[in-house]
Order: sequence, then structure tokens, then C-alpha cells
Amino acid sequence: MAARADFETDEGADGVDVRFTGRLTLARLGDLPARLDALGPVATLDLSAIERIDTVGAWIVTRTAQAHDAKVVGASEEAQRLLKALADDKSEYRVHRDRRPMWARMLEQIGTASVSIWRELVGIVDFFGAMIIALFIQIRARRRIRWHAIVTRFQTVGVDALPIIGLMSFLIGIVIAQQGAVQLRQFGLEVFTINLVGRASIRELGLLMTAIMVAGRSGSAFAAQIGTMKLTEEVDAMRTIGVSPMEAIILPRVAASTITMPLLAFYASICAIVGGGAFCWVGLDLPPLTYIQRLREIIPMTDFWIMLIKAPVFGILIGVTGCYEGMQVRQNAEEVGRRTTSAVVAAIFLVIVLDAFFAVFFSTIGWN
Amino acid sequence: MSTDEQEEEIRQEIAAAEAVRPEQFEYAIRVRGLVNRFGDAVVHDGLDLDVRSGEILGVVGGSGTGKSVLMRSIVGLQIPTAGEIEVYGTSLDTIANEEESRDLRRRWGVMFQGGALFSTLSVAENIQVPLREYYPRIDQQLLDEIAAYKVAMVGLPPDAGPKYPAELSGGMVKRAGLARALALDPALLFLDEPTAGLDPIGAAKFDALIRELADTMGLTVFLITHDLDTLYATCDRVAVLAEKTVIAVGTIPELLATEHPWIQDYFNGPRGRAATESHERVPRDRKS
Repeated sequence: MAARADFETDEGADGVDVRFTGRLTLARLGDLPARLDALGPVATLDLSAIERIDTVGAWIVTRTAQAHDAKVVGASEEAQRLLKALADDKSEYRVHRDRRPMWARMLEQIGTASVSIWRELVGIVDFFGAMIIALFIQIRARRRIRWHAIVTRFQTVGVDALPIIGLMSFLIGIVIAQQGAVQLRQFGLEVFTINLVGRASIRELGLLMTAIMVAGRSGSAFAAQIGTMKLTEEVDAMRTIGVSPMEAIILPRVAASTITMPLLAFYASICAIVGGGAFCWVGLDLPPLTYIQRLREIIPMTDFWIMLIKAPVFGILIGVTGCYEGMQVRQNAEEVGRRTTSAVVAAIFLVIVLDAFFAVFFSTIGWN
Repeated sequence: MSTDEQEEEIRQEIAAAEAVRPEQFEYAIRVRGLVNRFGDAVVHDGLDLDVRSGEILGVVGGSGTGKSVLMRSIVGLQIPTAGEIEVYGTSLDTIANEEESRDLRRRWGVMFQGGALFSTLSVAENIQVPLREYYPRIDQQLLDEIAAYKVAMVGLPPDAGPKYPAELSGGMVKRAGLARALALDPALLFLDEPTAGLDPIGAAKFDALIRELADTMGLTVFLITHDLDTLYATCDRVAVLAEKTVIAVGTIPELLATEHPWIQDYFNGPRGRAATESHERVPRDRKS
């Protein structure tokens, strides 16, 4: 029953006369285009015997007619209407963008990527400056600080992150103690595991792991929230009402991440130390009391200060990167995802780079 | 010329494409006793509606009377609480397997209010999505030609094909959405507020486009609108949704003759009267 579109051919004087039969529709196309292409010069295309024709059928007829400069005959009124619509329009409709050779595109990609990384860095610095200015304006104009907005962020950035950061740090403490003990046992210095866990947690790891977690949890959330607000024109609406988005959206978020960061980092360090202590007790038979006493002896106060100095800086960095990427969202929903990803990647990368600088700096000033 | 395997493939493809045969049905859509309830809110309660093959049916109603919900129920995006919906004799409710619902889906095109273009694809690629899905054997060359043809058909400019939805104006998004809905040469077209958000000139052009396409391609159109001018310019019949059901269906003169207060308000309000007058001055000549 379901025959595909077909045609019969007659050899004429000027070429082949093609007589279409059946239904010339998309559904019944089959391999018709290929078979038509295989024909020699075509003189006429006869549509008198077809049952139905649709736009795709009409296009196939037009295409063949144009290719062979053939005449179309016997078209019904319906078919004529479709064919006329095609014949009237002579403009060149484009479907694809221009293609360039592979090497040119690769070069262009490298170039665009380099420029965009540079722009991104400049953009973040620029944004940070704009934020500081906004902060001063707010203070000088004695406008009220949006405590409510800040405190709401405390909840999401800080309190809600406690369980996951605690668990993660606890496990990291165990891993460091366990791995350290294996190595130190070779020298019979297992007791130095306490030094390792204590100093590493307070000085570096507690803070670094917290920063990574906050960048992943909150930096991404900032970017996605603000990005969506940009898409729905909420940010623009805010501007027209006279509310500065800097003050209403960005400052509370950056303030929240800046203030919660030291608290979270301290909490994470303690959790890591507890984890390490648990391992020392169970795995190395060092009682908790010895563990705590030894910690007090070996951790200098400067380690603690280093953590407290670095933490707010990382907090600002994560907050600013997240908000900056969110504010860059334009056009479509896909952009939100892309910007969120780069907020997290940029924040973690910058945190680690800055951490390296801090390490060199503090060693140089003698805080070993 | 081609191998047996290919031959068989083509035969199957054609059989699937024509499993649903719109030309056999007097009514494209039949809705009986439709009930839609969201929690406590009853949107439809015993709604009946017939859409004749080949007509353009306008669906009007105040905000929140469930015009979009009705359309979503018919195309199977919303499972009704109760009632029967048949499209070309097939009920999406009772279709057991995915294949059968695909047979039906390829006979209709849906244009959403916001265009709903896939934002990661260019306009041409958007148009090719349904074609690729149902006719995987069509080669790229022909796909491109078909896409270019559809772009031309809905009146988009020649350079619109490679553009992404974000680069288009509101009117162009609507036209591109229409082009995608028409990609498979459907027998039945659903349009949700096609002229909403367009300027009057753009809206009038769009109305003319819909009428012209429906005449050229013999389409059945289910058209949701708020726009009185669209009703006058394009629709054969109008269905009025109110009080959780269809309170009246008919040509505009027939509706004007009814007593229902909402219909009177709608057509005889200041905007309604303006539209009526402007269309009485220029009588339409249209063959049925």
C-alpha cells in the first residue's frame, strides 16, 4: 500500500521527459532525490499524474528543473501554488556560517582564548575596584547596610556548609595522619605525625579545602543566581528603580563569603586535627591527652595568624569571582552554565596561585 | 538500483510516516468531557471541542481560562484528570508504545508562545531537528536546501539561517518557531499566541502568513490568541473558553449573535468594536 514517490522516463528529442507518479511528499521520498540526480539531461517534468505534493516534493521538482533548465508541466492548482512560492524568491538563502581552514580556526581559537583569559583577569580586578568604590559610597552616604541580605547569606554560605566541610576535613585529617605515619615509621618517628597533622591543617589544608568547597558551593551559586537575575532582567529592573545592584546583590554576597571564610577555615582545621587525633589514638596508640599537649608545643601562633590573614582574602576572591561571572551573563540560558563553570574554575585557580604567593611571603618574613 | 535492505528500510519509513492518515478524518481533533484539575483549582470541567480538518480554529478566552492547558492536553504535554482526546482518531492516552505516539507526533507541528527554539542551535539547525529525527536518511545537502526553503517560506531574511536564536528579534523568533513547526509538512498546526509581543504591522504580516500557509499547504490550525485582529484576519471559526468549558463555537457573526455577556464584552468592547469595524470596511474574499 505504501509505495514511495516514483517517476517514469521517456527519451525525448531534447532529453528525458520525467513523469512523476504517486505522492510527491516528504513521507514517501525514499531514494527519489538520488535517482533523479542520476538522470541525464531532463527536458520536462510532468506532474499531471501525482496524487499529492508537499513543500519538500515541490522543492525536489524545482531543484531538478533548475539543474537541467527543464520545464514543469501538468501541475495542479495546489502544486502550482507551492511551486510559484519557490520560483518568486531568487535571493540566496544561507544555512551555514562561513568555513575557514583548520589552521586558521585553531590559531583563532588560541588567540581568542588568550585574549579572553586576559580580559577575564582585568574584568575581575575592575569589578573588585568598582565594588570597593560602591562600598565607600555606601558608607559615605550613610545608607543603611543591608544586614538582612548579609545574614541570609551567612546561612547559605556558612551554616549550611558546616556538615560537608566538617566531614571532609575530618577525613582529610585521617588520611594525612595515616600516610604520614607510614613514612615516619621507617625512621621510628611516628610521634611526629602530630606535627604533620597539626601544622598542615592550621597553616594550609583546612583553609585550602574550605576555599575549594566554598568556591564549589557558594561561588557557583552566586554566579548562577546573578546570571539568572540578569536573564530575567531583574538586575535591569533594579537599576531603573534606583537600587544599585552592587549594593543590593553583590556587596552582601561578598561580605558574607569574606566574613564566613575565616570561621569556616578555623572550624575545618579543628575537624582535621580531630580526625588526625582519632587516627593517632586508634592506629598509633597515642592517647588524646598526649596529642593535645604536643599540638600546643609544636603549633606556633603565627600559623594561626597566617590562616586568619589568608581566609578573608580567599573569601573576597571567591565572592568577587562568582558575582563577576554572574554579571557577565548575557543572551541565553546556556551562558549561565558556562559562566558558573568558569566562576568555580577561576576561583579555585586564583586561590591556589594566591596561596603560593602567601607561602613565599610568610616564609620570607620569618613566620616559619 | 538499490539493495533489498535499503528497499525494505524505505518501505518501513514510508509505512511509519503514513501510519496516521489525516485525510481520512472529518475532524482533526475531538475532545470529549475533558477535566483538568491542579490541586483544588479546576481549569476544565467537561470540556467538549471539535476541530474540523482543514479549518483554522481560533481559541479565545480570558487569562487563566486554560487555553494553553487545553493545547498542552491535546499535544500530550499535560495528562488530563479525566476525559478523552483524539487526534486523527488516535488517543495519546491509550497509546501504549513510543512508536505509535511518534507516528502521530510527526503529523503535527507546535509553535510555542516564546518560540522555544533550541538556543544552542542555529535557525537552520532548529528546522532540521524534526527532519533528522524522522528521516535520518536524507542527506545533508537536501536538509540544507529544505531548511533554506522553510526560512524563505516563513518570510525570514536570507541571512537568518546561520543565526542563533539569541541574535534574532522577537518577530523573527516567532517566524523561526513557525518554520520549525512546519518542518515536517504537518497536517495539523498548533499556534500558541502567535502574534503576542509583535507590533501591529508585524502581527498583521504574521496573520497574513498563517492564512496563506494554511491555504497553500491545506493545514488544519489550532490557534490560541488574544488578538481580535488575528481572529478576523485568519480564523474560520472561533471557540470561546469560559466557565471551565467551551461556551460557544462558531464563525464570528454567529458568536456576535449570542447573548453571553463575556462574548458580548469581548467583541463589543472598545477594542472589539474597532477590530469589527475595520474588518467590515474591507470585506474578506476567501474561498472555502
